[in-house]
Amino acid sequence: MSTPAAVMTTPSYEDAFARYEPVIGLETHVELGTASKMFCGCATAFGAPPNSQVCPVCLGLPGALPVVNEAAIRFAVMIGLALNCQIASWCRFARKNYFYPDMPKNFQISQYDEPLCTDGWLAVEVDGEVHRVGITRVHLEEDTGKSLHVGGATGRIHGATHSLVDYNRAGIPLVEIVTEPDVRTPEVARAYVEELRELCRALAVSDVRMEQGSLRCDANVSLRLRVGPGEAEKPFGIRSETKNLNSLRSVERAIRSEIVRQAGRLDAGERIIQETRHFDEASGRTSSGRSKEEATDYRYFPEPDLTPLALSREYVEAVRASLTELPSQRRARLIAEHGFSDRDLVDMRNAGVLDLVEQTIAAGAPAPAARKWWLNELPRRAAGAGVTPAELAIRPVQVARVIELIAGGSLTDALARKVIDGVLAGEGGPDEVVAARGLAVVTDDSALSAAVDAAIAAAPELVDKFRAGKLNAVGPLVGAVMKAMKGKADAATVRALLLERLGAA
Amino acid sequence: MTDAPADVVRLTAAETAAAIAAGELSAVEATQAALDRVAKVDDAVHAFLHVDAEGALTAAAGIDARRAAGEQLGPLAGVPLALKDVLTAKGMPTTCGSRILQGWYPPYDATVTARLRAADIVILGKANMDEFAMGSSTENSAYGPTRNPWDLARIPGGSSGGSSAAVAAFEAPLAIGTDTGGSIRQPAAVCGLVGVKPTYGGVSRYGLVAFSSSLDQAGPLARTVTDAALLHAAIAGHDPMDSTSVEVPIPPVVEAAARLEVLGMRIGVVRELSGEGYEPGVQARFDEAVELLSQLGAEIVEVSCPHFDYALPAYYLIAPSECSSNLARFDAMRFGLRVGDNGEAGAEEVMSRTREAGFGPEVKRRVILGTYALSSGYYDAYYGQAQKVRTLISRDFAAAFERVDVLVSPTTPTVAFPIGAKADDPIAMYLNDLCTIPANLAGVPAMSVPAGLSEGLPVGFQIMAPAFADDRLYQVGGTLEAALDARRGHPLLDAAPAL
Ligand SMILES: [Zn+2]
Repeated sequence: MSTPAAVMTTPSYEDAFARYEPVIGLETHVELGTASKMFCGCATAFGAPPNSQVCPVCLGLPGALPVVNEAAIRFAVMIGLALNCQIASWCRFARKNYFYPDMPKNFQISQYDEPLCTDGWLAVEVDGEVHRVGITRVHLEEDTGKSLHVGGATGRIHGATHSLVDYNRAGIPLVEIVTEPDVRTPEVARAYVEELRELCRALAVSDVRMEQGSLRCDANVSLRLRVGPGEAEKPFGIRSETKNLNSLRSVERAIRSEIVRQAGRLDAGERIIQETRHFDEASGRTSSGRSKEEATDYRYFPEPDLTPLALSREYVEAVRASLTELPSQRRARLIAEHGFSDRDLVDMRNAGVLDLVEQTIAAGAPAPAARKWWLNELPRRAAGAGVTPAELAIRPVQVARVIELIAGGSLTDALARKVIDGVLAGEGGPDEVVAARGLAVVTDDSALSAAVDAAIAAAPELVDKFRAGKLNAVGPLVGAVMKAMKGKADAATVRALLLERLGAA
Repeated sequence: MTDAPADVVRLTAAETAAAIAAGELSAVEATQAALDRVAKVDDAVHAFLHVDAEGALTAAAGIDARRAAGEQLGPLAGVPLALKDVLTAKGMPTTCGSRILQGWYPPYDATVTARLRAADIVILGKANMDEFAMGSSTENSAYGPTRNPWDLARIPGGSSGGSSAAVAAFEAPLAIGTDTGGSIRQPAAVCGLVGVKPTYGGVSRYGLVAFSSSLDQAGPLARTVTDAALLHAAIAGHDPMDSTSVEVPIPPVVEAAARLEVLGMRIGVVRELSGEGYEPGVQARFDEAVELLSQLGAEIVEVSCPHFDYALPAYYLIAPSECSSNLARFDAMRFGLRVGDNGEAGAEEVMSRTREAGFGPEVKRRVILGTYALSSGYYDAYYGQAQKVRTLISRDFAAAFERVDVLVSPTTPTVAFPIGAKADDPIAMYLNDLCTIPANLAGVPAMSVPAGLSEGLPVGFQIMAPAFADDRLYQVGGTLEAALDARRGHPLLDAAPAL
């Protein structure tokens, strides 16, 4: 039922977006960072040798039975509460039945019509505008193993001579977070995933590394014609589901690509097929997977090996009381307390220095200075050393001391960088480095006066130029004085002294 | 070392353990006697799928050594036992009576197995069974049927037919069976034994290869109520590895078995479990037993449990539904049989061909039935309705137990039928479980205790009690056993034909 490609013209994204309204819903899987698996005691470390973290339970051996990991329940409740959800006072696990070699029992223990958390929302901000994304449900399930297809050119199952399965991942707890079809732009979709990632990171329930698959996102996209003012909204169109988007950029690109593709089909009078699609990073396009119209019947039924989960009000309230500050609350507080801008917060978050800046401020540094050092000089050092800023061998309290020395006039920015060198080299705290390396700004007038006089005496031609009106001739003189002082002078002070001596001040 | 009594194998478990404790018999002698008996009769009976003579003798020698060192041993130390092949035990294969698991050695012990070992019970080997516990005759074993020691042309019951036959043929004084719809009680009834399905959640299911998770329960088979109680106490109790295991004290079954009185107890006769379809001999032995209990001072009350009439259809939706999912893991990927892996076939084809070749017709029938019952669009009409019936049956029990202490009925409508008689008629076979299924659906404990013979074949008397009141089964069963033995002698010891 497909039309020859020649007939179908692909609109530009802008054109497609102008005529069609995208309706986007997101399903996100977050691998929980519990020490042990969802239903057994096996470890969950990433990158362990294949099949080294398995037991009869997670291998689905005959006779083995699941036992729920309390930590996974607690983490899921934390996520649910942070997403403003209702937490079910009674819910059950269900079996989702389908055959696949990396699924040990050939059913997945999941939740079906009785999820743990329902009816929440997450506010995300894009370009100053707040979008409230409805959360339909948050439920718990177990991850599958990983198949490795060997012998084919592509690593895909097609063309492979055989397949290997690693069950280390089988049974790792996952939460699935499903939104309402509330999202209307690819940018908001991306911002939602980013906000969700920050939220899980702040709750310390997952390492949320998209590239390692500990956060995976599926995007449901459909289009409907935009309507003029006063016209009734069109019903939702048929959606496609693009699976396993593994970066924020992919989320946005895949949705844009789907919008363009679906607009092209609709323009040509084609219908959209309800199907699963895969996003190819290289081409930036999605391609068809299996059709949902011939989808498996999962034959869900309540998991008889587990008793229903009945969380008491007290338990839920205790978890609520234990919640740390959420990213949105924190941003509001940082803006109110320290006068940061949204841009500052985005920059600091992207640089991974928000905690460090806060700690530096707490150690007494003014907010702008803390932001400046952690956003420029220190990330550069970290990048040079191949570590994160937090892994640098300088503590926020030491950075605060450096900032204090600058503010007090004892250090220039240039000297401060040398002090940081010393601290990073393990020479001690800022004061010890200043003392040991003799880095304090020389405020002794006589030494500075002598250096200024010497510089003027040594460069009569510059003095002549200056006196002839070429005021920028003072530059090289400042340089000469700074060199003579081995940098231990404040350039602004030197310049003022020179101008005074040359009779310009 | 003392001379072992000539008929060691005819001792009860309690007698065997007492003889070992007194130094009159060693565990090795008791084990060797059982192994010799197996060697002598099991070609005819076929109770065992696997005999671990070396493992059993090694375990027995260890027990003797510890007794010699002065260690105080448990009440069943040194007693040989047949373990149904649906429970995992390290060092022995677990097949579940299926081709699909042929040669599979589990890497772990079931909790029941571990508790048997901890109680110093000697595991002789693995007992035959209907494939994946699906059946009432042990004819569905992929490894051939087991025969009833009372009449080798008849079935020993099922699915725990290897377990019941082993005990009835004096190959072991004790056996472990599992009961999903009557699979301990019906074999016990037709082999003249005591068999108990404990309260659901009373015995761990960890390592019990699941047929129907919400119904399966392991329990004892023995020649006497006391032996069954000792074994029950050894395997029961909470297990953190099984979420459905309940954290309550083990009911005082051993004490109850010794109480031997029913004065003032209210015993309810279930109206729906008698009458048409029940063999006259079965009904007669049942009525006599009720009369006997009445003479011993029990108050006999007729009780109606109207929803029991729907128990069989509900069971045949719930059990197949769960089994269709439980048996999905037998896919040739990680263990067991693999068929069709010719280097060309994909995983799906290998799975399909393995399951085609590895499962027998009854297993396939139930997997297909269950798959259908769970399908979208049919779930509410079948699985959903069956769960509602299950609730109603539980309410019938709850209402009955407000009026009476225990409920009683025949265990099976008939005595053991000839091998092959019902093999081609699944419905006739399913009707065997009419009386036993309600207890599984409600999770309550139930016992079958011998009630005498009908035309030379054993008849079982079923007792059902409220959840976690398993001790009442033993009190009533023990009393009835003592009274009947006093009148007619012990059926097995005195009436069973020699093999
Ligand atoms: Zn495990």
